[in-house]
Amino acid sequence: MLEKRIIVCLDVRAGRTTKGIKFKENIDVGDPVEMAEFYYNQGVDELVFYDITASAEKRKIMIDVVAAVAEHIFIPFSVGGGIASVAEMREVLLAGAEKVSVNSQAVRNPSIIEEGASLFGRQCIVLGMDALRDPSFPSGYRVVIDGGRTPTEFDALEWARRAESLGAGEIVVNSIDADGTQDGYELAVTGLISRSVGIPVVASGGAGTIEHIYEVFTKAQADAALIASMVHFGTYTIPGIKSFLQNKHIPVRSDF
Amino acid sequence: MRIAVVDYNAGNLRSVETALKYLKADFFITGRPEELRGADKLIFPGVGEAKAAMQVLEETGLGGAITEFYKSGRPLLGICLGSQIVLADSEESNTRCLGLVPGTARLFPAKAGFKVPHMGWNQVVHDGKHFLFKGIPSGSSFYFVHSYYPDPESKEYCMAGTDYIIEFCSGLCAENLNAFQFHPEKSGKYGLKLLDNFINAGTTVC
Repeated sequence: MLEKRIIVCLDVRAGRTTKGIKFKENIDVGDPVEMAEFYYNQGVDELVFYDITASAEKRKIMIDVVAAVAEHIFIPFSVGGGIASVAEMREVLLAGAEKVSVNSQAVRNPSIIEEGASLFGRQCIVLGMDALRDPSFPSGYRVVIDGGRTPTEFDALEWARRAESLGAGEIVVNSIDADGTQDGYELAVTGLISRSVGIPVVASGGAGTIEHIYEVFTKAQADAALIASMVHFGTYTIPGIKSFLQNKHIPVRSDF
Repeated sequence: MRIAVVDYNAGNLRSVETALKYLKADFFITGRPEELRGADKLIFPGVGEAKAAMQVLEETGLGGAITEFYKSGRPLLGICLGSQIVLADSEESNTRCLGLVPGTARLFPAKAGFKVPHMGWNQVVHDGKHFLFKGIPSGSSFYFVHSYYPDPESKEYCMAGTDYIIEFCSGLCAENLNAFQFHPEKSGKYGLKLLDNFINAGTTVC
């Protein structure tokens, strides 16, 4: 039986994991490689690195991070943040990432999904989507870009379907409304998209407790749950989350 | 023991390379058929489309070199697309494949609530007898990403099974050839264990 994935997201700025991560263990919390190894050993199923510097001149640093991470962890990981061309996709994939994630740049230039999928295979191309509640849109959600600052005329569900037909292999649905609240995922948009596309959907934004993860798997049919602060701050651990889900009969990878 | 990793421009070899480095394997990556002849073992990875992959294998002569390697009796490990290309054919673009193992790579049937590609961690069930699974409990999870699955003509070619939409053969075994649909190089400690078993195996014959 296919297992539900727990994905940890790490924000990287100029080659360092950003502040706000607290650990009791003796590891350098600013070092993305050590952080990745820590979660890998804890049994995380996948990692996501967001390059929040995301400028061309800093890209080289991120590539070095990706290459170093690839030498230490042997699970899939993806890289996102400002990727705007297939040349940049190629760099990230050749450095050892399993997937690349495109968000604002895919809205500006949807053909990047198509080009990326035909060059590297659709399993490599992840669409990251920031959705904002807006009743004037058919699905009730509008796509926003640039970290939520710029509204678009894209309807979230239509964009998800279009990205799938262009060749995206997976969609990360990030709720701008729920992001940072720790009040739970936005179940409505996650479920709507997950039921409407044939590719895996990752829920993102709003996870604060274990119950939120359980809920997004059972009520919104998410294939994977993206988490960040709830583990970065040490409130929960990956093994703790997995054993909770397992007790609730959610299939998760428990022996690693 | 030198291991050749076949580079036929099908996807990214980087993760196989980093895993083999981590395991301190003696290996080299090559796209030249003549260089395969000198290897003691061969790893045949690959992600991508069957027809495009077969085209490259035919144009470069690598397909013939892989078949020759197989016939020589030396251990050969296929990964992902590598487990489909060794079959007689694939439903993907109706492609004729290498034909080392009788069977077909088939597209998963559509089923409500199941997505294709099959992407993520799933359990691999095996009888524990084969050396490659030494130290790996049956039912351990491995990482999969694929839309087609190997369907060998006879069960005797199947050394591992996985349940997704249907029960499919996630591990092929034919004499000195072993091929897995999942990615051991992306499957944590059990994936590394499987690769390490391959590196250290005297023989991999089923």
